[in-house]
Amino acid sequence: MYTISNKLKTFSIALIILGLLGVGYGFMTSHKSFEEVETMLAEETAHHGGGHAVATEAHVVADDSDHSDNSHQANAHDATTDVEHHVDDHAKHVEHVQHQIANRPWSALYVAAFFFFMIALGVLAFYAIQYASQAGWSPVLFRVMEGITAYVLPGGLIVLAIAVASGTIGHYNIFIWMDPDVVAHDKLLQGKSGWLSLGWFAVRGLIFIAGWSLYRHFSRKFSIANDTATDNSNFKKAFRISAAFLVFFIYTESIMSWDWIMSVDPHWFSTLFAWYVFAGMAVSGITVIAFISLYLKSRGHLEIVNDSHIHDLAKFMFGFSIFWAYLWFSQFMLIWYANIPEEVTYFITRIEDYNGLFFGMLVLNFVFPFLVLMNSDYKRIPWFVVMAGIIILIGHYIDVYVMIMPATVGDRWSFGIPEISSVMLFAGLFLFIVFTALTKAPLVVKRNPFLKESEHFHY
Amino acid sequence: METSKVIHAIYTDDDVLMSAVKKVKAERHHIEEIYTPFPVHGLDKAMGLAPTRIAITSFLYGCVGLIVAIVMMNYIMIEDWPQNIGGKPSFSYMENMPAFVPIMFELTVFFAAHLMVITFYLRSRMWPFKEAENPDPRTTDDHFLMEIAVHGNETELESLLRETGAVEIKLIEKEAH
Repeated sequence: MYTISNKLKTFSIALIILGLLGVGYGFMTSHKSFEEVETMLAEETAHHGGGHAVATEAHVVADDSDHSDNSHQANAHDATTDVEHHVDDHAKHVEHVQHQIANRPWSALYVAAFFFFMIALGVLAFYAIQYASQAGWSPVLFRVMEGITAYVLPGGLIVLAIAVASGTIGHYNIFIWMDPDVVAHDKLLQGKSGWLSLGWFAVRGLIFIAGWSLYRHFSRKFSIANDTATDNSNFKKAFRISAAFLVFFIYTESIMSWDWIMSVDPHWFSTLFAWYVFAGMAVSGITVIAFISLYLKSRGHLEIVNDSHIHDLAKFMFGFSIFWAYLWFSQFMLIWYANIPEEVTYFITRIEDYNGLFFGMLVLNFVFPFLVLMNSDYKRIPWFVVMAGIIILIGHYIDVYVMIMPATVGDRWSFGIPEISSVMLFAGLFLFIVFTALTKAPLVVKRNPFLKESEHFHY
Repeated sequence: METSKVIHAIYTDDDVLMSAVKKVKAERHHIEEIYTPFPVHGLDKAMGLAPTRIAITSFLYGCVGLIVAIVMMNYIMIEDWPQNIGGKPSFSYMENMPAFVPIMFELTVFFAAHLMVITFYLRSRMWPFKEAENPDPRTTDDHFLMEIAVHGNETELESLLRETGAVEIKLIEKEAH
């Protein structure tokens, strides 16, 4: 039986407390009054000289074109009302920036919450695949995967809670379609309101989380029961529910990615988005399996895991990184190539305001793992796998960040206390829940039909 | 023409062959060649053969393919005749790069795969109309043959091979190449 070390426990609790403090600070400092934002913008304009003033002007115009009704009216107006309109525009711009600043702690929290949740969900899908495909190499890692998936239920509920709270407690800080005022003036959102309504959104989310948690609960139960059973009936049951879960998962994962991520840009849609999110999920999940296995092994708790198992995990990290890049590029290139205005705005905002992050993550998530994890010998070296894994996890955090932030804070993004403390909060929570779950059962399954093969697995 | 003597020991089981290889290596005899009807897992390690470097060549060929694709598309689409085709920006390579990625990918794979295969053929001396170098046709079906050079120690070698479970042992006069 594994016992969580006091150091790790204190570390995770310290992360949670520091994270909570930082998140609290983020929320307290994000409520700026209209005047404060006004002076802030004026200072910015003064700082950057005339160049920025032109940019803000352009920004206002761009903003206007969003609400096309207004700009048409503006064109129709004569010169006298045009001056009034300018004042109006200014107020609108300040309000817009004010809202973006208020959104930041919400989005930072949401990005971090989703990132750690998606790791657990990715591992759950990977675990189900291992059962359904009757993989011979992985049974020695089942308990590690089960430990990580313990985060699915709390993590999923937290993500959903933040999403719903942003529309009920908050001021529609993440999902603009939750704001009845916006929907009232937006034909497109009215057309989508059959799907995008707060109640239905929450119910859907609860159904998904219930389904994933139920599978996690029962597969864990069968896996532990199999340790002391006399026949393989528990394994067969786990096999059957894994196959069924995978069908359920691929539907719900798609819908979840539309709901929880794609709907932050409710005017935009993409068909392969769900697969894209899944690829990121899978690669981060597998990376974390490798991390935790290597950690436990280095502490002498998981002697049975040999470097061939690590090699296999690293191959999956390599393969799924390329798969992720393939989907990223397929989505990007199709939209870039056709250049249809209603689709391409998604990438234009990202390329203009998030250029470094948007293309930088491609280096972190594709180029780096591709070159580093190509050599077969390097995939067996623990510190090499850990280094590549850290890069991959940072890359996928940025990936989630670039999916959410442009829709909520726009060009007012940065990495500061709200972002870092949100990551700390959920990292602490994740570590605490996962390592507590690892203490609940022996670290290696006892009599899985493929256990012998897995113990002697070598490549 | 000068001749050299070799011993051909024939086995009928790959496990027996593996243990025979280990024994012969332990007695410090040089194994010239082993003929098997199918890949025997671990045989190269037991024989002490150096690992293959073909994956490295493949990586380098892939790099060549990538460069070929980039240089070709840059010359044709950007430098030689930068036309406006459907509004695609042809001012610089980077601006129009997403359109070239499918070509870059395919040429990388094409070069990596084909040149690696050709390297394999050259290094293992395989080509059409090549005369088969098979000392015993049964080794393509169900027999395994170990060829050991003889340096005046025939009887000692023969008894060693007999011990390892060889079903047939032949002394062969082989024309030196």
